[in-house]
Amino acid sequence: MRFRLTDDQRALKQGVRDVLARLFGPGELRAAADAVGPPRLDRTRWRALGEAGLFALCLPERAGGIGLGLPEAVLAFEEVGRSLLPGPTVATHLAAATVPGAATGETVVTSVDGDLVEWLEESDVIHGDTTGATPLRSMDPLTPLHRRYVAAGSRAAGAARVGAAAPLQRGQATPPPPSTDTAAPHTDGTGTTSPRVADLLTAAEQLGTALRVCELAVQHARTREQFGTPIGAFQAVKHLCADMLVRAETARAAVYAAALTATPEDIAAARLLADEAAVRGARDCLQVHGGMGFTWEADVHLHLKRAWVRAARGGGSAEHEELLAADLLT
Amino acid sequence: MDLSYTPAEEEFRARLAKWLGTTLPTLPPKPSPDDWPARRAYDTGWQRMLYDAGYGEVHWDASPTLRLIFLEETEKAGAPYVGANFVGLLHAGPTIAAEGTPGQRERWLGPILRGDEVWCQGFSEPGAGSDLAALRTRAWRDGDHYVVSGSKIWTSHAEVADWCELLVRTDPDAPKHRGITWLAMPMDADGITVRPLRTLAGSAEFAEVFLDEVRVPVANRVGAENDGWRVTMVTLSFERGTAFVGEVVACRRVLAELARTARDNGRWDDPGLRRRLGRLNAEFRALWRLTQWNVSEAEASGSVPGVGGSVFKLRYSHARQELYDTAADVLGTGCLDLDRPWVADRLSSLSYTIAAGTSQIQRNIVAERILGLPKGR
Ligand SMILES: Cc1cc2nc3c(=O)[nH]c(=O)nc-3n(C[C@H](O)[C@H](O)[C@H](O)COP(=O)(O)OP(=O)(O)OC[C@H]3O[C@@H](n4cnc5c(N)ncnc54)[C@H](O)[C@@H]3O)c2cc1C
Repeated sequence: MRFRLTDDQRALKQGVRDVLARLFGPGELRAAADAVGPPRLDRTRWRALGEAGLFALCLPERAGGIGLGLPEAVLAFEEVGRSLLPGPTVATHLAAATVPGAATGETVVTSVDGDLVEWLEESDVIHGDTTGATPLRSMDPLTPLHRRYVAAGSRAAGAARVGAAAPLQRGQATPPPPSTDTAAPHTDGTGTTSPRVADLLTAAEQLGTALRVCELAVQHARTREQFGTPIGAFQAVKHLCADMLVRAETARAAVYAAALTATPEDIAAARLLADEAAVRGARDCLQVHGGMGFTWEADVHLHLKRAWVRAARGGGSAEHEELLAADLLT
Repeated sequence: MDLSYTPAEEEFRARLAKWLGTTLPTLPPKPSPDDWPARRAYDTGWQRMLYDAGYGEVHWDASPTLRLIFLEETEKAGAPYVGANFVGLLHAGPTIAAEGTPGQRERWLGPILRGDEVWCQGFSEPGAGSDLAALRTRAWRDGDHYVVSGSKIWTSHAEVADWCELLVRTDPDAPKHRGITWLAMPMDADGITVRPLRTLAGSAEFAEVFLDEVRVPVANRVGAENDGWRVTMVTLSFERGTAFVGEVVACRRVLAELARTARDNGRWDDPGLRRRLGRLNAEFRALWRLTQWNVSEAEASGSVPGVGGSVFKLRYSHARQELYDTAADVLGTGCLDLDRPWVADRLSSLSYTIAAGTSQIQRNIVAERILGLPKGR
């Protein structure tokens, strides 16, 4: 058993981090957060991400992809999560094999997820039923959201995920009927299809956030002084930071393991732990920043808001907890 | 990244599982928790069986992965826990293996592995718990002996131990971390008084140990005189790094039993409780993965477990308490009945956030040694 990153995986992770820093660094993040009006998707950047291979990562080489597996996708999406890169990255990545142009970043793909759709206006292809979807004033300034009314008791129909039947082209007159297929097909390097990959990649993004906010908190705690000493010397602050790391490291083990086994149970566990690590980590990071944390200027709120948006994907925690409860009786 | 085991590791697992399958049914019944001599005999007898079957050294000589497999398989099969051999196998043994002289390894490791000798840990004192380096038990040289006076507290299994890994102050004038020495003290020496302490669970799991001019040969010193703090860090990293691995497997089993109980008594229909059980499933799955991650790291670095053990210990000790609190909810008012399963375990789980370094101390370690935050108030 060698449950550690290989040198190649480490290099891949660093490579993705470098690309993201180049395409969406602190300056771009600031500009995006401060822009007025609904967020626009930067098509040039999207194509650059496609060129860098983010969407084609798991597409087999014979189909023009890079032919890597789920573990590598998870490492890449951890970096995506860390960088706060805007856009329907998970949906587009999952569409690489089926939607022309998705792999290269020419086509932007989003998907209906329960009663929410991210990036509806800016996407070229939408998976799922968008009937009655109306824009809401998204709490995350970097993620536009639409919400549609889902009749009580019809959650299954509303839970259509990425990979639902026929994609809806923008402007198409009759939308396809909602699909009850909750599995997201994913072609990994070996050509096998794994379910619930959207959940796993979301967990990976959350992990990236959890680790990033821990870093931000520690940086701030080392430099900000009160009572003549860095606040990180105060135990109350120290313990917030320690708990952030413990949650993030536990989530990391769960997410990486789920990438290797791809079982629904491991993926559900990864989602639960990663959602918790991201959301609570971002909150604690905000607390460590004090008044500064409550401003628009500090990036902390952007991490927290994105973590909340991602946590709402895929039915939320109830679905994962029920799945794992049922697993105990098998 | 890889979660699969090598053919050699799988072969070890299969051989062990087969041996457990034929051996466990031959074990005598478990003794009463209050009968210490019987518990000692049972625990050391089990260790002897392991030794004779070639599994004696698995706690410190085998690779971390083989140790993981050993703990996983023994726990799955419901084999006895290390019990009274805990300190010898998990702390003192690894420390002597890493820091002792060839003669010391020769003298002490064999008897630990064969279950002939039982150890206890004499670190804590009434005035030195979390602040372990504040210990005051004194030792001074008299020829080729140290003469030790003072007292130790919370010493688990002291009543049945043959040896004590003992921390003493050999230089009272040195800075507090500098004047400490690590000694192996025979528990039958003159001047030792053991007074059992009753735990909140009702049994006398640990004791107070009074030392009145106890003579310990200088040859029993592990590491140099006044260098005991460094040796202690080695001991503590084993205590936090590897000592809880098997228990995660046990918790996963308890969780499945809890779910079945809830199904049978109707509590399963409560969605809130069901979801808590589901979340605990996620928690213990993740803790098992974290264990595998830490073991892979240890395997790669080939040395003493690192501070990663503190990350694990923090999360695990709270998860374990949450597990037994959930068990109480499954039992309803049955949770007040000490004869019901899990009720005594719930009580003993209260020690997990205290023993082997409290959660607050582990957080300090994570913040200062992993995150690099400044030392301070
Ligand atoms: C079941 C059990 C078995 C044990 N077995 C052994 C054994 O075999 N051998 C042995 O040597 N010891 C043993 N111990 C002792 C154990 O290591 C100590 O109890 C533990 O280290 C805490 O020390 P203390 O009890 O003196 O508590 P204290 O140190 O007095 O702590 C009291 C409270 O103050 C907090 N606190 C203290 N210092 C700080 C700080 N710097 N920052 C924040 N909070 C702080 C603690 O977290 C705790 O909440 C055992 C304990 C238990 C419960």
